[in-house]
Amino acid sequence: MTVIGEAAPAKRAQTGFPAARLAGWFFMTLWIVLGAELAWKLTSDFDAEFFGKYFPKLLEGLVVTLELVALSMVLGGLLSIPVALARVSRNRLVSRLAFFYVYLFRGTPLLAQTFLVYYGAGQFRPWFEDMNLWWFFRDAFNCVILAFTLNEAAYLAEILRGSIQAVPRGQTEAAQSLGIPKAVTFWKVVMPQAMIIALRPFGNEIILMIKASAVASVVTVFDLMGATRLAFARSFNFDIYLWAALIYLSMVEVLRRVWDRIETRLTRHIGYASSK
Amino acid sequence: MESMLSLLSLGADGWGDELLIGAWVTVRLALATLPFGLVLGLAVALAKNSGQPSLVLAGNIYTTIFRGLPELLTLFLVYYGGQIVVQKLVGLFSDTYVEVNGFLAGMVALGFVFSAFSSEAFLGAFKAISRGQNEAGHALGLSTRQTFRLIILPQLIRLTLPALSNLWLVLLKETSLVSVIAYDELLRKTFIAVGVTKQPLLFFTVALLIYLVLSLISSTGLDAIDRRVRRGERRVA
Repeated sequence: MTVIGEAAPAKRAQTGFPAARLAGWFFMTLWIVLGAELAWKLTSDFDAEFFGKYFPKLLEGLVVTLELVALSMVLGGLLSIPVALARVSRNRLVSRLAFFYVYLFRGTPLLAQTFLVYYGAGQFRPWFEDMNLWWFFRDAFNCVILAFTLNEAAYLAEILRGSIQAVPRGQTEAAQSLGIPKAVTFWKVVMPQAMIIALRPFGNEIILMIKASAVASVVTVFDLMGATRLAFARSFNFDIYLWAALIYLSMVEVLRRVWDRIETRLTRHIGYASSK
Repeated sequence: MESMLSLLSLGADGWGDELLIGAWVTVRLALATLPFGLVLGLAVALAKNSGQPSLVLAGNIYTTIFRGLPELLTLFLVYYGGQIVVQKLVGLFSDTYVEVNGFLAGMVALGFVFSAFSSEAFLGAFKAISRGQNEAGHALGLSTRQTFRLIILPQLIRLTLPALSNLWLVLLKETSLVSVIAYDELLRKTFIAVGVTKQPLLFFTVALLIYLVLSLISSTGLDAIDRRVRRGERRVA
């Protein structure tokens, strides 16, 4: 047994610090080299013809991506309200059904759900044609919106349910003791507080949706990812993937920062933000 | 109904065995990614917790990149980019054509994503374990490594398990993306079955149910592990 004395801490002070610094320098150098390589690759190799041909397509794809995200968030948000209410319903059957819906869509890959809607709809083509609905399912974009909406509703319903249940019971009780009707209590007392709790997970959900929307490219939707894949398939120029990566990254980072601002602003009366 | 069952049966006529093989490949891919993602995530978390500004910054850049990129794009970057890099490296010595394996590309890409997210979970746990624990370990004459293994790690597992369980379930679903680079996991096998039988509704529903069963099994197992690592905690009624 070694003598427990100054040896242990002294050793730490000598070896621990430079190793961390060396590692830090090494990895930062690595990032800087990679970043410089990327910048150099995208500028010196710059092929004006290639860029002029495909970059506008990428931007068109970006618009489609934003449409996909916005539409499925809004529609999914609307659908999530009844699902969340069903989830907390006292009727066992209703709450079980809602639970199964949420479990099904959260427990399976979005890509598989998209395939099911997109290819599954084709199987019902005669039936949809009879119903005059085929125009909707004929377009891959609509199928993707449908799949994303159903998926998003499941995630948002869980966020909504969690936030509503996180509002202290005392709030409802206080409102009741003031004689405020139940509906007014729900919309004017509970909901505003629940929305603030839901703010952060909701922001994360938008970011996850931006990332997940790339899946649409697999079923022939030309979103940002789809435009990128098409450009790569035609040109075999790997740069296009790097451009797409830069666009996606800046989109997510901007949204994250803006969302932080919004959250700070909306919660300034409670002082959540400063403790974060 | 009977025709559906025969389509799903095992053996030469049915696609049941193909789907099960696909499911097994999916599980294997997820299981292979897990240790890679965990170790990398832990390393990144240690970097971000090091207090060394350059190391912290390097770790944060890593997290920002792999948390912000769509998983599908990460996969393509690793698959095609890896192809280019490997080809260049091999090209230095010989001119054989090499192809990056889909399994490996999937494992690396999903591992990067997993580690970016898990490093945040580990970092949160590091912050939750007080400094005093480290100091107490050193006061007992344990080396830095022993302190980590015997004192910090057991608490780390308990604190990060809920987040890691979630990430595992996400990983299990994300393996489906590897089907896009033509790797024969569950979704791709299903796709092939649909192509032959023209029964998309049946087969994709079955695929969804298989994924559901996989995540059900996982959650059951993870709950059991969670109960085990928490056995020392006092229960609050």
